[in-house]
Amino acid sequence: MMGRAVTVVLLLCVAGLFWYLASAGTPAELGSVSRRYVERGLEENRGSNLVTSVVVNYRGLDTLGEVTVLFLSVTGVAFVLRRRRDDEDATKGSAADAARRSVPASELVQTGARLLLGPMILFGAYIFVHGHLTPGGGFQGGAVVASAVLLLLLADRKRALPHGLMSWLESLSGFGFVVVGLVGLGVAGSFLANRGVVPLGTWNRLFSAGLIPVIYVLVGLKVGSELAALLDVMMRGEKGGAG
Amino acid sequence: MTQGTLYLASALVLILVGLACALLKRNLLRMVLGFAIMDTGVHLLIASVGFIPGRTAPIIDDPSMLADAGTLAVAAERVVDPVPQALVLTAIVIGVGVTALMLAYVVRLFAREGTLDVGAFRRLKW
Repeated sequence: MMGRAVTVVLLLCVAGLFWYLASAGTPAELGSVSRRYVERGLEENRGSNLVTSVVVNYRGLDTLGEVTVLFLSVTGVAFVLRRRRDDEDATKGSAADAARRSVPASELVQTGARLLLGPMILFGAYIFVHGHLTPGGGFQGGAVVASAVLLLLLADRKRALPHGLMSWLESLSGFGFVVVGLVGLGVAGSFLANRGVVPLGTWNRLFSAGLIPVIYVLVGLKVGSELAALLDVMMRGEKGGAG
Repeated sequence: MTQGTLYLASALVLILVGLACALLKRNLLRMVLGFAIMDTGVHLLIASVGFIPGRTAPIIDDPSMLADAGTLAVAAERVVDPVPQALVLTAIVIGVGVTALMLAYVVRLFAREGTLDVGAFRRLKW
């Protein structure tokens, strides 16, 4: 009861502080940094989507860190859910539980998965290839690709994913991101530089914005394979628990 | 109530619901869900800070925004702030990673102790 009262007081404090800070209102004009990005972003990067320009170019180093954090969390999940041979809880799952899990998915799910897998991966690729033109990009496209893999795993629990291919894809795309950054450092003098490395191209075309689409495709491949590996580890861990 | 206030109020409600859920619930899965709801509230809050009523998304796909060759002063008056949106993009991805790690620990703890009640895990308590 005591804890409950403390919680309510804490929540009221959070609400009060929030309204005190929010009463100042949100800005009605762009800040100086944002204004600089909006006014010069097109000229400097030739990418229509200014959010992508900020994420991949101006704050590209943060995005490299972000991809690393995602990688670390996937590694952490795989470490926490690893299967140990001498695990005593491996025998805990009841026989009925195991039987329920070995029941194949319904025909609807199986047929749907077979039908939708190709279009979903294609749509994910479309999203991350067009990241510099439309809302979307590497992270969003990667998530769509991973959801295609999830559908595949739901349709057939026993299916083994191509782990070798996935880890190669993930490693190479992460490596490619750093290489692109270092090329910018060598050619144009700053890490992940965009201008002066490759031709920037024409505004609002697929081949524009210099290295931004290249980096976003790499991010998309990396995020897609990472999230797919994450889903795979989680579903496999579940199966491991049932013995 | 203006549009901006509505977004801020929704963000506050989501944050409070998530925080209450994380603090009051005894079930580990519900606590993780609380964190996920709070995460959503924070994302909405950051995105709404950059929102300016009557403006469009920061995507320059309309030639009329390119009025004065190169300067784009027109665009700066017509789009919302791109920086908070870029921050939210980062925050969503980090949130997914943190949630996945929390869920992995929940799975592990359930396999060890056979319960999801947070009161049952007493080993780190002093």
